[in-house]
Amino acid sequence: MTSPDVRRPPGPAQAGGMTPAGGLPRPAVLVSSMASDSHTWNLIFLQLLLEELGCAVTNLGPCVPDEMIEAECLARDPAMLVLSSVNGHGYQDGLRVAARLRARPELAGLPMVIGGKLGVSAALSPAQLEALFAAGFDAVHDDRSADPDGPLAFRRFVAARVTSAGRP
Amino acid sequence: MNLGAYVRRQPGLVVQPRMGLADPRAMRAGLRATRDAAAITAGTITLDSYTRVGDLAAIEYAMREGIALNGYPIVSHSPEVTRAVVDGIGGDDFPVQVRHGSARPQAIFRAVNAAGLRATEGGPISYCLPYGRTPLAESVANWAECCAILLDGGPGAHLETFGGCLLGQLCPPSQLVAVSVLEALYFHRHGLRSISLSYAQQTNADQDVEAVYALRRLTAQLLPDADTHTVIYTYMGLAPRTAGGVEALLTRAVEIAAGTGAERLIVKTAAEAHRIPTVAENIAALEHAAAQAAARYGTVADDPGEGQIYQEAYAMIDAVLNADADLGRAIVTAFRRGLLDVPYCLHPDNAGRSRSYLDADGRLRWAELGSLPIRAVAERTRAQAVSSAEFLESLSYVQRSFDAPALGRSTPAALALPEVNR
Repeated sequence: MTSPDVRRPPGPAQAGGMTPAGGLPRPAVLVSSMASDSHTWNLIFLQLLLEELGCAVTNLGPCVPDEMIEAECLARDPAMLVLSSVNGHGYQDGLRVAARLRARPELAGLPMVIGGKLGVSAALSPAQLEALFAAGFDAVHDDRSADPDGPLAFRRFVAARVTSAGRP
Repeated sequence: MNLGAYVRRQPGLVVQPRMGLADPRAMRAGLRATRDAAAITAGTITLDSYTRVGDLAAIEYAMREGIALNGYPIVSHSPEVTRAVVDGIGGDDFPVQVRHGSARPQAIFRAVNAAGLRATEGGPISYCLPYGRTPLAESVANWAECCAILLDGGPGAHLETFGGCLLGQLCPPSQLVAVSVLEALYFHRHGLRSISLSYAQQTNADQDVEAVYALRRLTAQLLPDADTHTVIYTYMGLAPRTAGGVEALLTRAVEIAAGTGAERLIVKTAAEAHRIPTVAENIAALEHAAAQAAARYGTVADDPGEGQIYQEAYAMIDAVLNADADLGRAIVTAFRRGLLDVPYCLHPDNAGRSRSYLDADGRLRWAELGSLPIRAVAERTRAQAVSSAEFLESLSYVQRSFDAPALGRSTPAALALPEVNR
């Protein structure tokens, strides 16, 4: 994988978070792991990075059940959902969560990114990547792919889809 | 088979692996190899992560399909099977401890009793906050029940706190010490009298030595009538990539333990950065640690007395004990008020307003205190926030520092030996 494909047309970012004095509202981003993954450090790094990029982050933490991710997305109406998984179950968990969220009409247009160590041992195959896009992800960042540009590609995605959207 | 009594009898540092093998025969062979190693050892049965979260159906499925588990499924095997694993190996001269990581460990404790084992570990805070979403109040109640279960199993019960290892890294030592002591007090109030208190090696050896002395001083002051000892964990974060780096890191942990009079050490193997280590790799680590400990017998590190770490830990413990007469309720209240607040911990019951960073010497310091009750004693915090890049650097600080000599680079001054007096 070189850089993540962007499969959906950019839409206006939803307003969220605090409004800095004299500035634009910071877009609200939801960061979460999935049900079987108890790792935390990846989620903290993403939160700090997204905050530096100007986002207001809600971090759901490790071991988040599917129904809670769905409920939080519906309740918070975020500008983007970032799912991170490093225990090797990310591919399987990601397919399940994406299908569940995209089944809700309210979440059909929510920008969704998944990243981390998504498979147990090797990089995801092209067919697996395609399956994640087909399930509803707008970008996939597989840590085990040979892409040296991964973090930069994520920054570009955030900039293109969330933080600069709707600005003059 | 009391772990505390065994440790007290030994003439030197007791070393212990983190070994856990799914197959009963392999587990038995691992325990035998640990017992027979050229070291003073205690045995370990580490459980798999499905048992940790109580997903017994996943274990049945894995066993049926021949899928590898990452530890010994003590609840799924019958008591007879586990008794056969330790029969003739575990005993007064070789205690075996069960290690798990569960915030709902009642079934595990019953299986420990049923197998005739008497030692395990964890705690209501340390096995709740870092993993998953079990409410802290529920974990506190679960651990009270588990203390009763373990005591019901007969004499010789021993519990070790995991509180000195919270999240493994980036928690300033004073809070590790405070939580370790609070969990030990919790076990004591629920009837345990043989207790060990943990502390995990962090990023600066001088700071670790001061922390272990603070832990031992507070243990003596607050648990004077219990049989206690200190257990040091070799660094739990990102391991060095080079064999030389891992060995140097383990040697440093031995120096911290031996220099402060800590009685037991949990080792780390050279394979740890890449995969679950083999039995042979575990034995090599145990024997390396034992040889290093023997070479340092009788050395004593400088004791800074009631210094910074002691004062901060004392202030946190004092605030928690004053939050409620019932220690369980006090712990829950303390987290709600931010009197305890673990940096970077995302658990819903953690306030999440404290932050830590590594200074130029590799010392863990507070960047933000939140509501921690240590403003009067803590050093000044700094103005700028912790950036994502700095955070990543912190996570790999130990790895980079200990790999540097093996890769022909200079070692940062921060990792030089602590002062040692013969």
